[in-house]
Amino acid sequence: MSVIEVSNLTKYYGKSRGIVDVSFKEEEGEIFGFIGPNGAGKSTTIRLLLSLIRPTSGSARVFGKDVTTHGPEIRRDIGYLPSEVYYYEGMKVVDLLKYSASFYDRDCAARMRELSEIMELEMNRRISDLSYGNKKKVGIVQGLLHSPKLLFLDEPTAGLDPLMQRRFFDLIREENARGVTVFFSSHILGEVQRLCTRVGIIREGRIVEISDIRTLQQNNYKKVRVTAEGLTAASFDLPGVTNVQTENGTVHFFFKGEINAVLQKLTGVRVADVTIEEPTLEEIFMHYYE
Amino acid sequence: MSATIFAHEFRSRLRSAAVWSLGVAAIIGIFFSFFLTFADQAALVNQMLQNFPPQLRAAFGIDRVNLTTVEGFYSYIFLFAQLCLAIQAANYGFGLVSIEETELTADFLLSKPVSRSSVLTSKLLAALASLTLTNAVVWVTSFAAIAVFRGDHEYDSRALLLLLLSIVIFQLFFLSVGLVVSLLVRRVRSVTPYGLGLGFGAYVLSAFTGLLGDVKLELITPFRHLDAMRIAQEGAYDVPLVLLNVAVSLVCLVVSYVLYVRRDIPAVS
Repeated sequence: MSVIEVSNLTKYYGKSRGIVDVSFKEEEGEIFGFIGPNGAGKSTTIRLLLSLIRPTSGSARVFGKDVTTHGPEIRRDIGYLPSEVYYYEGMKVVDLLKYSASFYDRDCAARMRELSEIMELEMNRRISDLSYGNKKKVGIVQGLLHSPKLLFLDEPTAGLDPLMQRRFFDLIREENARGVTVFFSSHILGEVQRLCTRVGIIREGRIVEISDIRTLQQNNYKKVRVTAEGLTAASFDLPGVTNVQTENGTVHFFFKGEINAVLQKLTGVRVADVTIEEPTLEEIFMHYYE
Repeated sequence: MSATIFAHEFRSRLRSAAVWSLGVAAIIGIFFSFFLTFADQAALVNQMLQNFPPQLRAAFGIDRVNLTTVEGFYSYIFLFAQLCLAIQAANYGFGLVSIEETELTADFLLSKPVSRSSVLTSKLLAALASLTLTNAVVWVTSFAAIAVFRGDHEYDSRALLLLLLSIVIFQLFFLSVGLVVSLLVRRVRSVTPYGLGLGFGAYVLSAFTGLLGDVKLELITPFRHLDAMRIAQEGAYDVPLVLLNVAVSLVCLVVSYVLYVRRDIPAVS
């Protein structure tokens, strides 16, 4: 079953663009990475799915229900960690979490305690006294304490130290192993690559690519580096070869196409070293933006 | 209606409601303690008031009130209580949903499994509960002040009850007008100027009506719809104006629901 089903979703804020004609699906149990720079429309998409804003046109379904008509029902099983965390400043952490838990018709007390121990959250401090990173931890516990079936993470790791980031990712993986679907929006591509199975790339409000990370990497160009005597840039005069550079007897270039063509070029030479790498998500991403 | 939101909202407004209640109670208690001084020197007081310029007397409604009777004197004080009640209710109205939006906690609340209309209902009822707290304090202080300071002057309890009963209608007006305006403007950055503006504005309009004798202005200000001195003098409401007042409140509430249910919650930018 598709947990999220977005079709031709468009949002304009007056005349300024939010997102245009966005369509994608996310299946149950997936971790879907949603990547794009600031202002591309990542948060707009999430806010539409949470019915915090109304679409200009198009539709979105979560758990098979339309978000504009079944919002409250859908949100019972949603956890949301916003990119910027703002809570009632005068409240204590524990009171805020209890307030949050009171909206769900299940007992969240045990899970709340467990999560705050994992995230090392001090429960008796006032929200107004917390640093950004600590507020973010409150956000994480708040978003997870009711054991949601679908998690929206909007740039979740900003402000967390590396140790907490790792714990957070472990938490998300555990949740995912229990069957929780995760919608992960980020512009930090390393973490998307580590966590997600599929990604959507959004640019200026429009989806430019939706694909498995594996396929994305495999079907893209390869990075080839060859160290051998007597090699020059001209040795790799093949269709599909770009960006050829020579450096201290090492030739490196990008290659897209049948890899055997490159290997054949190497059969006659005495090769000291060769690496053929897939590009990182970051490199692919930059490619879409150049 | 969500009990959880109601409790949260009511608690967060408790201190403010207490401060307003004390303020209004102080106005009524302290001012009414001067009653005997006025009543016992009725002739002198009336003579002094006659010396004020007629425009000033009209603006403050002094020429329409007999300060030497309990209900007359009380109704004059009640006008100032009304001014406070108006500002308090307008503040709550303007802040009802806008504070969550400026402090960016609306995302937290509205990503919970509650409908917008349920959020608004809970918030409205919580604000009304806070206003009722102040209302109750006004009732108690009024009866207490009159009992203590009226000396041996008799009074018309019907007029007093009508005044006190008008408070809830009065509060509802400012609450709902404040709310609808806050939903119509793009963003309310600070509630206080709006609240003061609406409260004082309505009061000034009413004062001007007295000054100019203009009939049309009185149609839009609750200080005329529920004119304290007139109620005290005649022992009755001006029914068409009260109905107009209630109708405006109800329309504002309905429009608020329509706007809020469809509202785009602004994000951090």
